[in-house]
Amino acid sequence: MTSPLSPDQPRGYYGKFGGAYLPEILVATFRELETAFAAAQADPAFWREYETLMGEYSCRPTPLTFAENLTRDFGGARIFVKREDLNHTGAHKANNVMGQGLLVRRMGKKRVIAETGAGQHGVATATMAAKFGFECTIYMGEVDVERQRPNVFWMERLGARVVPVKDGSRTLKDAINEAFRDWAANMDSTHYVLGTACGPHPFPTMVTYFQSIIGQELRKQVVERTGRLPRRIYACVGGGSNALGVFSAFLDDTAVELVGVEAGGRGLPTHRHAARLASQDASIGVAQGYRTYFLQNSDGQMLETHSVAAGLDYIGVSPILAHLRDTGRVRFESATDAEVVAALALAVRREGLIPALESAHAFAQACKEAPGLPPDDVIVINQSGRGDKDIFTVADAFGDPAWEDFIRRKAASYERKP
Amino acid sequence: MSTLETRIRQARSKQDILLMTHIVIGYPSFAASLEIVDAMVAAGVDLMEMQIPFSEPMADGPVILAANQKALAAGSTVERCLEFATTVTRKHSIPFLCMSYYNLLLRAGVAGFVDRMQAAGLAGAIVPDLPPEEAGEYLPAMARAGLDPIFIFSPSTPDERLRHIAASARGFVYCVARKGVTGLHTTFSAELDAYLARCRTATKLPLALGFGVQDAADVNFLRGKVDIAVVGSATLRLIDDRGVAAVGAFVRGLR
Ligand SMILES: Cc1ncc(COP(=O)(O)O)c(C=O)c1O
Repeated sequence: MTSPLSPDQPRGYYGKFGGAYLPEILVATFRELETAFAAAQADPAFWREYETLMGEYSCRPTPLTFAENLTRDFGGARIFVKREDLNHTGAHKANNVMGQGLLVRRMGKKRVIAETGAGQHGVATATMAAKFGFECTIYMGEVDVERQRPNVFWMERLGARVVPVKDGSRTLKDAINEAFRDWAANMDSTHYVLGTACGPHPFPTMVTYFQSIIGQELRKQVVERTGRLPRRIYACVGGGSNALGVFSAFLDDTAVELVGVEAGGRGLPTHRHAARLASQDASIGVAQGYRTYFLQNSDGQMLETHSVAAGLDYIGVSPILAHLRDTGRVRFESATDAEVVAALALAVRREGLIPALESAHAFAQACKEAPGLPPDDVIVINQSGRGDKDIFTVADAFGDPAWEDFIRRKAASYERKP
Repeated sequence: MSTLETRIRQARSKQDILLMTHIVIGYPSFAASLEIVDAMVAAGVDLMEMQIPFSEPMADGPVILAANQKALAAGSTVERCLEFATTVTRKHSIPFLCMSYYNLLLRAGVAGFVDRMQAAGLAGAIVPDLPPEEAGEYLPAMARAGLDPIFIFSPSTPDERLRHIAASARGFVYCVARKGVTGLHTTFSAELDAYLARCRTATKLPLALGFGVQDAADVNFLRGKVDIAVVGSATLRLIDDRGVAAVGAFVRGLR
């Protein structure tokens, strides 16, 4: 199989976005990766091997769930949920990581590195490394290490070395820079498993290729179940990989509206958000090796971003999505932290679904729009991940006194130890 | 032959190795940067690269990265950096180069940024995240302004690509000594000779070698092998440890 979303311009460009702005030392490594990826795409056995692995290791195909109660509550379109949360390690990140793992094996490399924000991609990569027997180093901003300790715990149990990154804003973008620095020194032995459809060519294309398994399955499932294509599909957008994965199978169906939902943070007017495509605050730039819309100041220095969802809290966005916005094929919206927490509460209470805070952005936008659509219409929410990882953040947002009490007692029990 | 290349060749006729040093403009402060430049020029450096700080310097190691971030936190802006460049190029006669990442050029408008570099009296620029394939806007702007685009060779660059890069290069070529980013130690060994021989075959331009050059022994090793030794992180580390006053003696001791 070849990628459903190959660059339409030379050198990895989608319209005017993408490319590979690399320090010379990394150019040869990217050429090697491009060649290996092209060979894998040309080999029909590769995609079959990938599908088999995902079936046997990660619950694929993931189900499509009818959200019956929410549909009744809103009295509009029928709401379906694509269950990427049921992947092993709890998010769509597994699709990309296992795919790249197979590629690493083909390339004969023995060590993998990755960046992580929320920790989901780090846990997925550490899991893949454990399964395939690779050495593994994960770069994670110091701030994120603090926010996401449980994921750090699991990465270390899985055998990964977790390196807290103390530079810059000490979040995802800084972890990416650090991973590139490691790669520049160790490319002979090492592959960098980039976690989203960003970065220099061929990463956006390659990550989308592996994530396109979501859209392929969904298309089949939704037609089987409802006899029609969805009217709208909603996906949250951090770097853009789950959105591109689910959108990829519907690009030519112009009647299917594709909606990407970015982090509105404290609200767009406060400028404390991570909405690159849904706000007017971003501008075209080149950083971290690719050209897209970035949240940056007038000098070109990157700004601090904000979201309750660590996985959406990032300065850039997939060049493929930037292009699909410019062509009008994908519509971009944003949901605020408060809207997201409310949508999460609703999904938990009414459907027994526990979306990740990232995925809850897609729920929030779908909830806004569902009542305005006729009952014949079908809409799909891509639930990119499960919310267990967010228990600390969500408990704070809900202000649960019993939980706080539990944490206090737990902390006290450690203090008593010698 | 560009003015920069001519000046390098003239200097080379008097010295068997030239020295290029590096500063991050505005680190630890603008006043200190000026003192550092004055001290380096007085100590006899032949050319200097002055880095305009960027928030995401992906090709730089921990020392230069930290200096970029501290300079930005202290209020360094592109405007102030170019004013600084104007001041030092008027004051000193050695060639000065601008080093920065492509986003700062792109954001300001590439041609406009290049014109401002020219107005600031700079002789050329090093943009480490801009390979020649992506330099379609940059190269003509640099040519029009009479500024030299300095490109980079690395040990992992195949011969054919060395030639491809050389076709866009002017002034000199910056050869990175090893894999990795700036600021880590390089063990200079005979392996370097084979790499430098490949570089020599690919271009007739003068060659500079940098990444991990930190003392007189390293500079001495490079004599007869390259035209310019580039000392970057070592001086920043010195400034962090022993202050601006130590710069002059350190640079004099390098050659
Ligand atoms: C559950 C979940 N959804 C979405 C994202 C955002 O990434 P992307 O936009 O690449 O899908 C993340 C990132 O960490 C995530 O963990």
